[in-house]
Amino acid sequence: MQAPDLFEETFFSLSANKSRSILTILGIVIGIASVITMISVGQGAAQDITGRIESLGTNLLVISPGSGQQAGTIVRGGAGSAETLKISDAEAIRASVPEAELVAPVVNSRKQVIAKGQNTNTSIYGIETNYFTIKAIVVENGSAFTDRQNTSRAKVAVLGPTANTDLFGEGFNSVGQKIKINNQEFTVIGITQAKGGTGFGNADDLIYIPLNTALQYISGSDSLSSINVQVSEAELMTVAQAEIQDLLLQRHRINDPANADFSIVSQADLLSSLSSVSDTLTMLLGAIGGISLIVGGIGIMNMMLTTVTERTREIGLRKSLGATKNDISWQFLAESVALTFIGGIIGIMIGYLASLAVTKFSGINTNITMSSVLIAVGVSGLIGILFGYYPARRAAKMDPIEALRYQ
Amino acid sequence: MIKCIDITKIYNTGGSEVPVLKNVNFEINKGEFVAIVGPSGSGKSTLMHILGALDRPTSGKYFLDNKDVSSLTDEELAQIRSQKIGFVFQSFNLLPRSSVLRNVSLPFIYDKKVSRNERQAKAEKALLAVGLEKDRWQHLSNQLSGGQMQRVAIARALVNDPDIILADEPTGNLDSKTGEIVLETFRKINQEKGHTIILITHDKRVASFARRTIEIKDGLIVADFKN
Repeated sequence: MQAPDLFEETFFSLSANKSRSILTILGIVIGIASVITMISVGQGAAQDITGRIESLGTNLLVISPGSGQQAGTIVRGGAGSAETLKISDAEAIRASVPEAELVAPVVNSRKQVIAKGQNTNTSIYGIETNYFTIKAIVVENGSAFTDRQNTSRAKVAVLGPTANTDLFGEGFNSVGQKIKINNQEFTVIGITQAKGGTGFGNADDLIYIPLNTALQYISGSDSLSSINVQVSEAELMTVAQAEIQDLLLQRHRINDPANADFSIVSQADLLSSLSSVSDTLTMLLGAIGGISLIVGGIGIMNMMLTTVTERTREIGLRKSLGATKNDISWQFLAESVALTFIGGIIGIMIGYLASLAVTKFSGINTNITMSSVLIAVGVSGLIGILFGYYPARRAAKMDPIEALRYQ
Repeated sequence: MIKCIDITKIYNTGGSEVPVLKNVNFEINKGEFVAIVGPSGSGKSTLMHILGALDRPTSGKYFLDNKDVSSLTDEELAQIRSQKIGFVFQSFNLLPRSSVLRNVSLPFIYDKKVSRNERQAKAEKALLAVGLEKDRWQHLSNQLSGGQMQRVAIARALVNDPDIILADEPTGNLDSKTGEIVLETFRKINQEKGHTIILITHDKRVASFARRTIEIKDGLIVADFKN
């Protein structure tokens, strides 16, 4: 049988039983559309996560003390961890790594904070003013502290909104109030804008104080919890990371990088670990859609089996006209593939519209990728072959004499 | 053209062997119009299946056009059916919801030798030969009368210019008047185009339209005479 004949035969057979063909196609349409929509929701979530991580600061490298941390984990060196990172390391990076645009040394620890009898346990971040720039922190009420206040070890504090609520109550403007951290009295000079808790932990439940103040009055040493480095361009991230690595190894007199007493985590590492989570989510959603696709496939098989039985005499006739087993097999396989293919195309369109509707009505970000469309087309074709094969073989194997006699 | 030597067919049903054809021998020459007559259960249908390359004999040889057909594979048999044999069935077996022309063109799908642009002309020629009015050609097959349907089926059997046309009770579903028209059509084709026609029937009156009758009973040929 030649290809154009196969097309014609398929067209005639399917249009001979329009309503049944349409219903079967509908099964595949629903399956493909749900796969497309589900995956688009998963991909949209992935896009969201990427966007939010980038909003935490761009081109960021975080150097943390202590070794043995796996790349890709969210590292938070608390005051208790190894005290290998010094303020002088930050100065050295600033001096000799040209790609490092901003270098923000941080010392943080959890402390009990008291204000007017209220008290809370929160993170105290000793930072320099450039930390506000790197992390895109906006001070809403009052103002951030200045470089001079840092140098002079002023006892001033900028509260995160959650810390402010915990100490003074919801919406209270605490600028000018006194708080006690580690039995030292601090004056509140500003409150930051709420960021929402994502990624690095709650960015709202903390208190910022000048780095030098923190080193002197809170931690009492020159050890840092982390150094945040903002690299000037994304392409320079790996170069900067390598340079900082070399510099710190040299400064700490370590020959083997495997024994490094610090770790450098880039935003890319963080992204890759989080996108593996969102990939799993996408796969899960895709699998849910896939179930309806399988149900659609079974619908195809059901229809094809009915068709084969109904058309037993036609199969007998075709065999008497000289059709070989392969001719018959191809004819029925082509019908099921045509059904799934048409269903796949319509399903992609409906899936596209559905994901637009999801975005419009629920506000969830969706994203249809070329790969999800290609997968859907491939899978629908495969389902046609898979679920059409058995009925087609059954038709092909029929004995022509029996088939012609069939009532 | 056709030469059957000691054709035997034994069916194996549930452990017991049932002989349906017992050492059948006959020859049919090119251009003959032969009726194979016998009551039901005589083995005439089995003989037709073997002659039509739908089945193989248990033993014996069947030569079609000097070619031994009795031991070919399924694929080779399919090719023989496509190129050398045209079938006409009792129940017409036309594709419903398809036009007359499409029904008549159906055999071309399985015959690589006929190109797509030759098909229309050949199908029209076959329809003219069976005398179906031109205004019916675009009709759907299920809109035709029984006699017209059977003539379409004959045109379909004829269209590939086969060596033999095998007709299995072609008048069985028709009243006697339209049956006669169909039988006259066979006679006309045989006379004008020289096709070999083998008519299988239980009806001796139908058989009388042929020029030769082979009578079969209990798997044996009991008579072979010219009408």
